[in-house]
Amino acid sequence: MSDGLTNADLLSLFGHFLMLSLLAIGGAISTAPDVHRYVVTERGWLTDAEFTTSIALAQAAPGPNLLFVAVVGWNVAGPMGAAVTMFGIMLPSTTLALWATRWRNQRREARGVRAFSAGMAPITVGLVLATAWLLAEPTREQPVGWALMLLTVVVMLKTRLSPIWMIAVGAVVGAMGWI
Amino acid sequence: MPMPPDAEAAPSPAPRPTSLWQLFWVFTRLALQGFGGVLPVAQRELVERERWLSKHDFVELLSVGQVLPGPNVMNLSLMVGDRFFGLRGAFVALAGMVGAPLVIVLAAAALYAELAHHTMVSGALRGMGAVSAGLIFATGLKLLGSLKSTPLGRPVAWGVVGVTVLLIAGLRWPLLWVLAALGTLSVTSAWRRIAP
Repeated sequence: MSDGLTNADLLSLFGHFLMLSLLAIGGAISTAPDVHRYVVTERGWLTDAEFTTSIALAQAAPGPNLLFVAVVGWNVAGPMGAAVTMFGIMLPSTTLALWATRWRNQRREARGVRAFSAGMAPITVGLVLATAWLLAEPTREQPVGWALMLLTVVVMLKTRLSPIWMIAVGAVVGAMGWI
Repeated sequence: MPMPPDAEAAPSPAPRPTSLWQLFWVFTRLALQGFGGVLPVAQRELVERERWLSKHDFVELLSVGQVLPGPNVMNLSLMVGDRFFGLRGAFVALAGMVGAPLVIVLAAAALYAELAHHTMVSGALRGMGAVSAGLIFATGLKLLGSLKSTPLGRPVAWGVVGVTVLLIAGLRWPLLWVLAALGTLSVTSAWRRIAP
C-alpha cells in the first residue's frame, strides 16, 4: 500500500476510472482485468495479492460488484483514493444512462425502439444465465457445491424466501469445511 | 410458473413508491441483501415484493442498462428512480444502492487483514459463492418467462438465449462482439416482425 500519492497521481487515477466507466459494458466486474493492468502492472500501487484480496472482499460484502472499485481505491490511497475511483467510475456512465433513458422514453412506441428492446431482451437473459455458469466455476467440481447451487435454485423458484437466508446457509456450510 | 395474464392484473393501478424516503429505503434494503451481486435481489424486491416493475419492465430496463456503459444495476437504479421521481429519484435510488454497502465494504477492507488466514472465513466465502451462482441462475430462469410475449416468437427468443450462453460462458467471446454480432441479428429480426 503506498500512501504517498501526489495530486497528479490522484488525478491520473481519476482519469483512468472516468475512461473505464465508458467501457464497463456488461457490468463493472468486466473492467477488473484493466484495473489490474493499470494499478498493479503499470503503476505498482498495489501488489497482485492486494489486488485479488480487494476483489474477493467486495464480492463477499453486500452490495453491487462495482464496489470492488472503491476497495481498490481505498487500498491505493485511503479515503481519498476510494472517493476518486468511485466518482470516476460513476460520473460518465450515470450521466449517459439518464440521458439515454429519457431519450428512449419519448420514443417508446417507435418501431426501432421496440425492435431494439425485443431483440436485446433474450441476450440479456442469456447473459444472466452465463454469469451464473461462470460464478459456479470454483465449486463446479464439488458435489456439495452443486447441491448447494441446486437447492438455492429450487428454493428461489418455489418459495418467497429472501435470498439472504440461502447466503447464510452457504456461509455455514462453507465455514464447517464441507465445501 | 402460473402468473395472472396482464389483462387480469391491469385494473388495479400499479404500485409505486410513495416518497423519496421509501425509494431510498427499498434500494438500501435490496443492496444490503445482495451478497455476490444485487441482480437476484433486485428482481425479487422490485418485481415480486414491491411490484413497482413488471417482469417485462425489469428485463427491458436491464437490457437497456446492459448495452449502456456503466454497471448495469447502477443504470437500473437510475432508471427506476427517474421513472417515479425524475432526476431527484434517480440520484436517491443510486444513493440507496451504493451508500450503506460502500460504508460496509470499506470497513471490511480495514478489518480484512486480521481475518484473512482463518480457514472458516475462506470456507464461508466459498459456500456463499456457490449460493450466489444458484441465485443468479434462478433469476435467469425467472426472466425466461418475460420472453413469452416477445415479437421474436418464443423459439427464436430461446435460441438467442442459448447462443448467448454458449458464446459467453462456453466460448468466452468478449461481450462487445456478442452484442455487436448477435445483437444486430436479433434486433433486425425483431424489426422485421414488428409491423411498421
